[in-house]
Amino acid sequence: MNFSIALLLAQDGITNGAIYALLALALVLVFTVTRVIFVPSGEFVAYGTLTLAALQLGKAPGTVGLLAGLAVVAGAMEVRAAARDQAWARLPGRLVRYVAIPVAIGAAVYLLAPYRLALPIQIALTLAIVTALGPLVYRVAYQPLAEASVLVLLIVSVAVHLTMTGLGLWFFGAEGSRTPPFTSATFRLGEATVSGQSLLVLLFSLLLIAALYVFFDRTLYGKALRATALNRVGARLVGISPGLAGSLTFTLAAMLCAFSGVLIGPITTIYYDSGFLVSLKGFVGAIIGGLASYPLAAAGALLVGLLESFSSFWASAFKEVIVFTLIIPVLLWRSLSTHHHEEDE
Amino acid sequence: MSAQRGLLCALAVALFAAPLLAPPFWVTLLNYVGLYSIVALGLVLLTGVAGQTSFGQASFVGIGAYTTAYLSLNYPAISPWLNLLVGFALTALIALFLGLITLRMKGHYLPLATIAWGISFFYLFGNLETLGGHTGLSGIPALRFFGLELRNERYFYYLIWVVALACLWMTHNLLDSRPGRAVRALKGGLAMAEAFGVNAVRLKIVVFVYAAALACVSGWLYAHLQRFINPTPFGLNQGIEYLFMAVVGGAGSVWGAVVGATLITLLKQVLQDALPHLLGREGNFEVAVFGVLMILLLQRTRDGVWPWFARLLPQPLPRAVVPATPLVKRDRVRGDRPLLVVDRARKEFGGLVAVNDLCFDLRAGEILGLIGPNGAGKSTMFNLISGALPLTRGTIRFNGEAIGSRQPFEIAQRGIGRTFQHVRLIPAMSVLDNVALGAYLRGHAGVLRAALRLDRGEEARAKAEAAAQVERAGLLEYLHAPAGSLPLGKQRIVEIARALAADPLLLLLDEPAAGLRYLEKQELAALLHSLRQEGMTILLVEHDMEFVMGITDRLVVMDFGEKLAEGLPGEIQRNPAVLEAYLGGV
Repeated sequence: MNFSIALLLAQDGITNGAIYALLALALVLVFTVTRVIFVPSGEFVAYGTLTLAALQLGKAPGTVGLLAGLAVVAGAMEVRAAARDQAWARLPGRLVRYVAIPVAIGAAVYLLAPYRLALPIQIALTLAIVTALGPLVYRVAYQPLAEASVLVLLIVSVAVHLTMTGLGLWFFGAEGSRTPPFTSATFRLGEATVSGQSLLVLLFSLLLIAALYVFFDRTLYGKALRATALNRVGARLVGISPGLAGSLTFTLAAMLCAFSGVLIGPITTIYYDSGFLVSLKGFVGAIIGGLASYPLAAAGALLVGLLESFSSFWASAFKEVIVFTLIIPVLLWRSLSTHHHEEDE
Repeated sequence: MSAQRGLLCALAVALFAAPLLAPPFWVTLLNYVGLYSIVALGLVLLTGVAGQTSFGQASFVGIGAYTTAYLSLNYPAISPWLNLLVGFALTALIALFLGLITLRMKGHYLPLATIAWGISFFYLFGNLETLGGHTGLSGIPALRFFGLELRNERYFYYLIWVVALACLWMTHNLLDSRPGRAVRALKGGLAMAEAFGVNAVRLKIVVFVYAAALACVSGWLYAHLQRFINPTPFGLNQGIEYLFMAVVGGAGSVWGAVVGATLITLLKQVLQDALPHLLGREGNFEVAVFGVLMILLLQRTRDGVWPWFARLLPQPLPRAVVPATPLVKRDRVRGDRPLLVVDRARKEFGGLVAVNDLCFDLRAGEILGLIGPNGAGKSTMFNLISGALPLTRGTIRFNGEAIGSRQPFEIAQRGIGRTFQHVRLIPAMSVLDNVALGAYLRGHAGVLRAALRLDRGEEARAKAEAAAQVERAGLLEYLHAPAGSLPLGKQRIVEIARALAADPLLLLLDEPAAGLRYLEKQELAALLHSLRQEGMTILLVEHDMEFVMGITDRLVVMDFGEKLAEGLPGEIQRNPAVLEAYLGGV
């Protein structure tokens, strides 16, 4: 390997690593606030890419149907819950959140899809529709089990992952898609060629991370989520509803995943089931951060990206094996630094 | 013959007759149900009983299958039956390693590690030339059994089901034994299991290895049934399906594994036929249906469908406790030397000093009350003695030995029994079994002996001891009732009986009277009086002054982490400092 190949691999690794970092942040966010291990994050990524690909072809993406279906189910669940608790006053607000907004987004995408609008608008539509799926998935699958153990929530997560993979096959078919790059510009930086696409991925990732930081540091909702992550019961006592915290968290996480999907689309061909492996790489990053630390998770994800890119050069057949074996030294280190046995919540 | 036995016999006859009567397609399906049941059984123990989860069981199946395939193709002289042992060894090594690095941490690390391991396995085996890569290995020899070659699926059926039923029997035995009670206690929180001497981390690892070994057997059978293998059936998706089988069936019962394996196998068959027609395209759509059903099931019940079947079946009668040689008792500590010496014990939580250089001692045969207002540090002191919290500074000596840095299970081994402020019994388990858990350290039977029913002598002695303790506590009429069905006051008494079954030198009682009604308090006081007569040494942490006055020999009063006073109950009652702490000044 010479220096220019190493630079190329490093550039690839950092680009992918930046995308994994977004996922790792989403995973840490969801776990700390809701105790859900967000296994279906990969499907949100794949839905992001495939939705954008469908819009490029001027077709209404299958996610529109899923959004409408979930909105109907969530609406029915809210009506039932309101009838059970005799709490009709809260119903209109919930119906706006879980039915009206998703249906409006779905309708807008459905109607605008055939016009093949400019790429930024297509991206905005993609982000809107996949992000809207997040709180609905939370409401329908997780919220009824919000008090269950981490273990039960994990099994539900795996079930949601399987369901979304199966639906992905149905909506988008078995063929993979690749979206066109945002830019074909390249720059020379000394010996290395840097693609504008890579720079954009990095730029967008950094912007998103900065936006998240501002959200958590400056806004009331961000602080509410931080409070919930720190102490669920305490947050509830000061009036932060766990349902709202959960759906807000899933909105943010779905947005991060959808963004990752849009960014990864021009780099690799994405199939209906590709998301899982992508998200697992985010997981390895998140585990490096103990599913608790954002900066460590992001750094871990970058490491995963680099490891993947260099091992694809040296031992491409064993690329996945090497990446997932990284989890062993990480767990070993975490285990050795755990002094007292940890109890589950 | 009881109704239970009758049903079992009917099932055995049906299983025996099935391959003689059923068409080949059904024999194949039943073969798979048997193979899957073996794997699901391990998960029932791991997930349903011990509260841990693995998505990687399919890769242990793969280890079993690939080991025997590789060895029988490359070393045909070795009997495939010996290959099973090699498979066991490899499986145990991998499971041991994964368990060691994950099971000390919170419960979600094992499943995450098994997901990674499942994927690594798939790509590793798919890329190793010696193992045939993605095309796999073919031409695996058939098993021979006393000269009979098991080529025919119908012959193989009998082998699979004999093995499956043997695994079922072993796992059933295991659950009804000394280690089984300890495994069941794991789900109720590590603190409880460790208080009776269970090394919780080690036990979790043992259970994980046991589950992996069952998966390995299933893989070994699979390789010789198919006589061709590739990595596909050992991937992560199959691992997830195994877990679904255990959860659908009912993760708490061995029969749940068989029911779950049957339901998922049949459902998959039906869906794989129907869905592509319905949707007009090819693909694994059944996983989406499994996913939805799983979410719905977990939202309705966490116990799977087995309890619905169990309700239709005749309930087994509780087995009578038979008289047995009593368990060996510890040597009592005689004389006036202190049994427990607390010397400048200190516990800090960050800047907060919860226990501030506290000193007191406890003589053998004495009942000492540790009292104080809310937040005085009593419970923290209690946890320091029982090992639930590590000391910041100072020493605690028990029976002449420093125990301050020991784990709770090591402290239990030295003869300290305890109860919990918030009752920690296993609600679904009988009072008898709950109390027998207390005698854990007085037995030795391990997983293997228990699974093979070689522990019956010791088990009878443990049960007899437990029954004697239940009788001593006056709860004989509830002996076979589920502990969770008793009122709180009685549950607290069960906790004391459980602690007594450990034959402790020192009994630690954590607010035993909290939340009790008047009559229940009187019953508790009567039990403590009778223990005092027998010479039991007791440390009683209590909030209720009146209750403590009547039964303690001496009192230590704590306030803000410090010792406020020490003396006879009568003196304490008149001590102005104590009155001020309790009543806020008189």
